[in-house]
Amino acid sequence: MLDTRLPRYKVLRDREECIQCDKCIDACANGVHARDKKRGRLVADSLKCVNCQRCVFVCPTRALAITRWPQVDSGSANWTLSYMQDIAKQAQTGGVLLDSMGNPEPYPIYWDHLLLNASQVTNPSIDPLREPMETRVLLGSRPGMLKVNERAHTLVSAMPPQLRLDVPVMFAAMSFGSISLNAQRALALAAERLGTYFNTGEGGMHRSLERYRDCAIVQVASGRFGVDPHYLNAGAAIEVKVGQGAKPGIGGHLPGEKITQEVSRTRMIPEGTDALSPAPHHDVYSIEDLRQLIFSLKEVTRYEKPILVKIAAVHNAAAIASGMARAGADIIVIDGFRGGTGAAPKRIRDNVGIPIELALASVDQRLRDEGIRSTVSIVAGGTMRSSADVVRAIALGADAVYVGSAALIAFGCHQCGDCKSGRCNWGIATQREQLTQRLDPEEAAERLVNVMTAWNHEIKEMMGGMGINAIDSLRGNRLMLRGVGLNEKELDILGVYHAGE
Amino acid sequence: MTTDMGNVQVTLGTEHFREANEKVRAALAEHDVIELRNVFAQRYLGCALPAGKRLEIYGTPGNDMACYLDGGVIEVFGNAQDQIGNTMNGGEVVVHGRCGDAAGYAMRGGRIFVRDDSGWRCGIHMKQFEETCPTLVIGGDAGSFLGEYMAGGIIVLLGHAGDYLATGMHGGVIYLRFPLSDDAVAEGLVQSSVDARDAEIIDELLGVYWAHFQDELDASFSWDASSFYKLTPATASPYAGMYAG
Repeated sequence: MLDTRLPRYKVLRDREECIQCDKCIDACANGVHARDKKRGRLVADSLKCVNCQRCVFVCPTRALAITRWPQVDSGSANWTLSYMQDIAKQAQTGGVLLDSMGNPEPYPIYWDHLLLNASQVTNPSIDPLREPMETRVLLGSRPGMLKVNERAHTLVSAMPPQLRLDVPVMFAAMSFGSISLNAQRALALAAERLGTYFNTGEGGMHRSLERYRDCAIVQVASGRFGVDPHYLNAGAAIEVKVGQGAKPGIGGHLPGEKITQEVSRTRMIPEGTDALSPAPHHDVYSIEDLRQLIFSLKEVTRYEKPILVKIAAVHNAAAIASGMARAGADIIVIDGFRGGTGAAPKRIRDNVGIPIELALASVDQRLRDEGIRSTVSIVAGGTMRSSADVVRAIALGADAVYVGSAALIAFGCHQCGDCKSGRCNWGIATQREQLTQRLDPEEAAERLVNVMTAWNHEIKEMMGGMGINAIDSLRGNRLMLRGVGLNEKELDILGVYHAGE
Repeated sequence: MTTDMGNVQVTLGTEHFREANEKVRAALAEHDVIELRNVFAQRYLGCALPAGKRLEIYGTPGNDMACYLDGGVIEVFGNAQDQIGNTMNGGEVVVHGRCGDAAGYAMRGGRIFVRDDSGWRCGIHMKQFEETCPTLVIGGDAGSFLGEYMAGGIIVLLGHAGDYLATGMHGGVIYLRFPLSDDAVAEGLVQSSVDARDAEIIDELLGVYWAHFQDELDASFSWDASSFYKLTPATASPYAGMYAG
């Protein structure tokens, strides 16, 4: 059968600059670079290149660059090269297309149509360098009423357990198996230093990470991998994963070859067998069942830990979120359709779910309309690319956000979207030892702490500009947002005025 | 908490599960064996019960009994409701009656013995790891989807299975007293006769089953382990060829 797949990228090598050091060969687990012994020179197989750009960065003379493959498409706006290549691939394999990272299709990104406000003349703006500015967030359910002993200044009624975040950003669930232990350790270290939380994902918690328990959220998904009473009590909170933005409505499938000895121990499943997560939790077919699962987790942790429930942003997210709040979730997590993944069927990733901006706005509005918004916290994810996105998300109604892709990009990820192969040259989405050792947890954590420290300062600057000195005053404060280039319906759902109004 | 004939008794009545479980935990902190009386569908009884502790339940325990069971023993003198032994890690559950849906969901270790029938979707996604091998013995008939997604462990079924038995099974073994017709064997599974090693396992498990329920079983109850059938997956990676990068 003639192979009709085209390379997506072309490796450009500047022969003048190349010093024949072979570092590119060592850098690439995909085997793109090789030494042609006959011709005595370095050659590249562009078909194998995924554009992770590792070789570009390790080349000491900057002799390498990656460009798009120059082949033109048919000229049809309908039959693009991408669709034709997908069919070519399926014609040769009969396989379900698998892809990684977030939805890359050019759907509207509403963040880019929302502008922030600033004070002029009235309500003076605040300079965070000189005045106190609060970015601390508490996540958890809030009782309808608190009894206080005013004389003794003490709380009489018990407060439900809360998570305390010094920055309004947490690190989203990424399991050991989908990412390397070094990558998870870097997330844990960064969370500890920043005063926030990382999330173990559904693959259990490696013993060596248990010392970060105070900044860990442990996840329970339908496969229940690594879940036992010890694990459930090994974090500061438990997250029930109902869905993920990148693949709403389907389960997970970690292929047997990624179940190494350490992954096997952590997930508590045999080495080399597939780890299949069923599409639904088979003990949750209704909101009432969800309540049952939430309270089983509260029972096993003696009501000492908040329970998060995460769903993918889907058409009726608002109604579901209302049910989640009533089912006893302390924190509702909504994951938008641009959220990343280690592996998802491409057609699901690219076509299922809705943008987080719209889902978040409608969830917040629904809970407010029902008078229960103040009883729960909302966390939004999928995706936040900058501090400005975080500010927009909070103004739309989130208490805090999750970042996944942004954290990995801080580690060195170049969004090549080939996590599924397990050959991540940056040592992030792989279990191969020669690759995982490329990621130094200390250095990666430092990069992530740097990014989040900068974001937090930027958030303070933006809040200060609005004349707001506490993030609580920004939450759901949609008057701080104005839409540009949006139609009436979009403005209506987002609950914002158009710029100029 | 009362003491009668040496057994410590806790009466639950119509108490809410939260208070009921608090009461049970308090009693278990003092005693290793607790008898629960007048149980009216309180959920989560025996949640994460550790090794060395034992609950004897009279009445009807509610859903999610023995969830995350961690080595303890629970004996129910009556029927059990849905999801007993949910994500159970170790220990033993004995039900002198029938159980509802999804018993042993994602169970990783320990044993569940159900004297009579079971509901739907029991033993879903059971999984084994190293020395832990979860085991579910059902004395009567099972509802549909028994052993769906099963990744490890042992299910013994003395009665008949419902539809869609063990679809997506990719580990472990199901022992059947009655063979399936060929068209009832799900894709990717193999039905075969048991060998001597299998018969030993069945004999051991049914010996325990008989010991638990001998006073309640029909006088004619007996078994011939060598005549059982077993259902196993053809591969541990059923979807290996399904995807294209």
